Amino acid sequence: MKFTFFIEGENFSKAGTASSEVKKILKQLNVDPKIIKRTVVSLYEAEVNVVAHAFEGNMNVEIFPDKIVVRIEDKGPGIPDIDKAMEKGFSTATPKVREMGFGAGMGLPNIKKNSDEMNISSKVNVGTKLEIVNYLK
Amino acid sequence: MVKVADLVDKLNASVICGKDDLNQGINFGFASDLMSDVLTLDTDNLLLITGLNNLQTIRTSEMSDISFILFVRDKKVSQEMKDLACENNITLIECGYSMFKACSILCEMGLEPVY
Repeated sequence: MKFTFFIEGENFSKAGTASSEVKKILKQLNVDPKIIKRTVVSLYEAEVNVVAHAFEGNMNVEIFPDKIVVRIEDKGPGIPDIDKAMEKGFSTATPKVREMGFGAGMGLPNIKKNSDEMNISSKVNVGTKLEIVNYLK
Repeated sequence: MVKVADLVDKLNASVICGKDDLNQGINFGFASDLMSDVLTLDTDNLLLITGLNNLQTIRTSEMSDISFILFVRDKKVSQEMKDLACENNITLIECGYSMFKACSILCEMGLEPVY
């Protein structure tokens, strides 16, 4: 099964709609609720990151019998120092993002915590690619 | 464990949506205006106590499987928030008390902290 969701940069009223759709699909597939929660929390963090920092992005979801693989690619400023971005508490979020309840520098560490595999690559002034893999069994 | 109907009564609060769930019991409470912190929780059967009244509060709760949200400091729920909460079976409660006062009452009633 393959699905693609578009993510609009800076549109906080729509932030979370893609993750919400994935949650509905995983529920319909009777995936263990604990795995659903871990997966959608990491997807939502990633989706909010695209909305907060990028111009636009896509969430590509592939569901296999044993795992879910999600690739989130955005067009945006990119991350100059990924190691720094992975540190808890490091944030470049704007005041607007903080007003929405985010921007505490917890997003990427929380994605790592809630995924079985996480790969991230980024090019400054091009964008960021994030891959999340969670095993369903 | 605290019954939703009892906490609504003690906090002089109003239920905005999810009135069918008032007999349910809640074990834990977590107070935060920072959704980044809420997303790090692994706890089930939790009441989120917050003063952050925007759509992302509801989305965060949806992703975190939080079924009850108490808005403090007289923060009002928008129609958009209400619609999204109803769609996801999330009970929304509004209360005029400060976060500190609401938390102290809930603690006295037996609601447990997450950590």
